[in-house]
Formats: sequence, structure tokens, C-alpha cells
Amino acid sequence: MRVTVIDYKAGNLTSVVKALRAVGADPTLTDDLAVVQAAERLILPGVGHFAATQFLNDCGLKEVIQERITAGVPFLGICVGLQWLFAGSTEAPGSPGLSVFPETCDRFAPGPKIPHVGWNSLSLRPESRLMSEISNNSYVYFTHSYRAPLINATVAVTNYGELFSAAVERDNVMGVQFHPEKSGETGLRVLRNFLEWRPC
Amino acid sequence: MLTKRIIACLDVKNGRVVKGIQFVDLVDAGDPAELAARHAAAGADEIVFLDITATHENRSTLLDAVQRAARQLFVPFTVGGGIRTADDAAAIFDAGADKISINSAALARPELIGEIGARFGAQAVVVAIDARRSEPSAAASTAEVFVSGGRTNTGRRVVEWAREAESRGAGEILLTSMDADGTRAGFDCALTAAVSEAVQIPVIASGGAGNAQHFTQVFREGNADAALAASIFHFGIADVRTLKEQIQRDGIPVRLPC
Repeated sequence: MRVTVIDYKAGNLTSVVKALRAVGADPTLTDDLAVVQAAERLILPGVGHFAATQFLNDCGLKEVIQERITAGVPFLGICVGLQWLFAGSTEAPGSPGLSVFPETCDRFAPGPKIPHVGWNSLSLRPESRLMSEISNNSYVYFTHSYRAPLINATVAVTNYGELFSAAVERDNVMGVQFHPEKSGETGLRVLRNFLEWRPC
Repeated sequence: MLTKRIIACLDVKNGRVVKGIQFVDLVDAGDPAELAARHAAAGADEIVFLDITATHENRSTLLDAVQRAARQLFVPFTVGGGIRTADDAAAIFDAGADKISINSAALARPELIGEIGARFGAQAVVVAIDARRSEPSAAASTAEVFVSGGRTNTGRRVVEWAREAESRGAGEILLTSMDADGTRAGFDCALTAAVSEAVQIPVIASGGAGNAQHFTQVFREGNADAALAASIFHFGIADVRTLKEQIQRDGIPVRLPC
């Protein structure tokens, strides 16, 4: 199963690639526009700061990704990759996101410790394809200070002082705030669901 | 609800897991890849791998062991020991680590924290602090930071260094009480609480785990976000699953393995 992982020079992608191989995929790591243009399935990973996504705007990847999404290619954003599907984040107001969802990501409200680090539970929407065969209240691993709001496309909700989108899904576009590559069997199931999903 | 993390630690010397009492008297405890996989399957929320060889001649042995341990590990994996530059860290990340832990090198050159964070994200930088009180009755707030495997007193206060590490971009603090380490008599809850109150980032308590009650105490009284142990897991005194079930009965939120 071929999948293209977009390398935008934001941190370490070894774990994502390793987890994809573990579920039987054949991942290609690239920042090459032509390779992304030919992709059958796309993953935008991400750790760290939202400002790192500026690379996507600057090098033309954003337009290519937009074009692939419009063409119906399945897309999964992970962590900052999910946040990039929104209009932007107050973490880096000068770097617009892809605006698949018009809302903006914001820092957690004051209260609990920030960053939110560790295993937290998911409240699932039963019709989710990405979360198929995952039990409600399963635990997954998070590490982030900014979060996406609840929207119509939210398919998994997590509570950390406030409710936020742990996963979103609309047509061929999906995103997870947690790290499926670091979330044990549950995380590997999410990756498998994404890889096996076929647009009708 | 965010759960409290139970972290299994592997102290590795020349590619083998070892365990000592208060940093000395090392005995062999097994193969790092095997133990990492076993602890993850039993429900460890995270694996920490500390290379205590930490000499440059053995870097390739270390990287090989990290790579083997990382191969089938799908929970967060932290590696520490002998990391002095952002390039050292890069080699560890390439081998499959998700976070690196730095200790002496960060004290020698605190800019290192920000340098690694800038390349790999703050979430990937754990600052490990080895703490000791001048005498058992001394206040937790006066505990001092030791380096070089606990041999050298830096004269710095633990709480003050934890704050500086946070301001320089550390993602987490791994706090080891050298007084408690290896005793299996319980974590230093007062010390953990002092550091946890001083910083916003997660604090991992380490040193002194002997039974489930100790974990409950350090989560309640020490306000720890995570607790780490080594020998009680390696020698089968407690397995992670049984430990978590006991802690959960005490009312602490934990993730139970399926």
C-alpha cells in the first residue's frame, strides 16, 4: 500500500515511517512537488511549532496538496498536520493553514498544565471511518499546547480542561491531534483505517 | 481524562540492561529490545533508555541498541546518555527515539536545550535532573543538582535549575532523587512536589519505586505527571499491568492495556 509522507523539515519522521511499515504500507518520504503530485495517498505529519508549516506555503507544496485533495486523494494530517487543515493557529498568526475548515486553532485555556502530554481518552462518533473498530474511551498519546475547536467534522473528542477535536474527518480529508505512531495498538488501527479507506 | 503515566526505564551499559543500587553495584538485567517490548506489551506508557556507558567509543553500540529497541515499539521512546550536541541528538532520533534526555551537557551549556528544541521541537527534549539533599532532614527546596552519574555536585538548587530548563525550552523534567534511588522505599514526594509546582511542563518522578503504593503517593502528594521505575519491573517484583490495576483501585487515572 503506497503512501506519501510529506517531509517539511519539522522534526523527526522516523516513528511515523516505522509505524506505517508495521501496518504493511510502503511509505515514501518526500518534499518533492512532483512526487506529491503523483501521490495516491498523503500524510502530513508534524511535531513542534505551527510556524514550521510556512515551509509548505513557501515552496509550493500547499497548492499541490490542495489540488490532490480536490482530486479526491485520501489525506491524513497528524498533530500540527491536523491543525494546518484549519484557517490557521494563534501560535503563528502569519502562517495561514489550508482552510479546509474555516475555524482557527488556539492555545489551551489556562487551567491544567500546558503542554498537554500523555495518554488521554477519545469520545468517538460511531460513524467515523478513521476510528472504525476502535472502542469508545480508548487511550491515545498526545503532546501539544494548541488545539483545534469542535466542529461539524469532529469525529473524536478529548477533554483537557476543555473539549477539543482529537480527530476530524470530511470526505477524503482526515486529521488526528494525537500521535497514532506512538499510541500502541489503537494508533496502529487508526493508520490501518486510513490506509484501507477507499473513496467511493 | 489525562492519565498518569507509568514509565519503564532501561539503564543500558555496553548494550545490556543493568541495575544498580544508588548508581553503583551493577547487575545484568537483560536485553534492551526484549525488555522494552515486554514492558510496552504489559502497558508501560513510555520507555526510557538511559545509556550509562556514555563514552564516545561506544556510540555505535548505543545506536544499534536504540534501533533494535525502537523497531517494534509504538509508545513514546526516550533515549539519554552522552548527548552533548544537537548532532548527537539527531543520530539518536534517526535511530528511532521520540525524545532525548540530557543532563550534564545541559548544565555545562544550557543553550543545548534550545538548540535541540529548535530542530526537533520542545516536546522531544527531556531535561534529566539528578537531585540530592545535603542530609535526609534537609528541606526539599534546598536539594542540589548533581552531574556525571551523581559524582559531582554543581551547587545549583534543583528548583531553580528546573525553572531555567523550562524557560530554555525543555518539554519535560525527569527528576531523579539520588537519595531514594535503588532503595525501593518510595519516591521523594516533597522534592517532586517542589519541582512540579515550580514549572508548567510535566515532571516525571524517578528513584525509589518499590510498590504500587509508592506510585499512588507520588501522584497524590508529589503531584507528579508520570513516574518512572526500573528494577521493580526487570526483576519481576511488579509487572506494569498489575501495578496499574492497583493504582487504579486507589483512584488514580491510568491507561490499562487491552
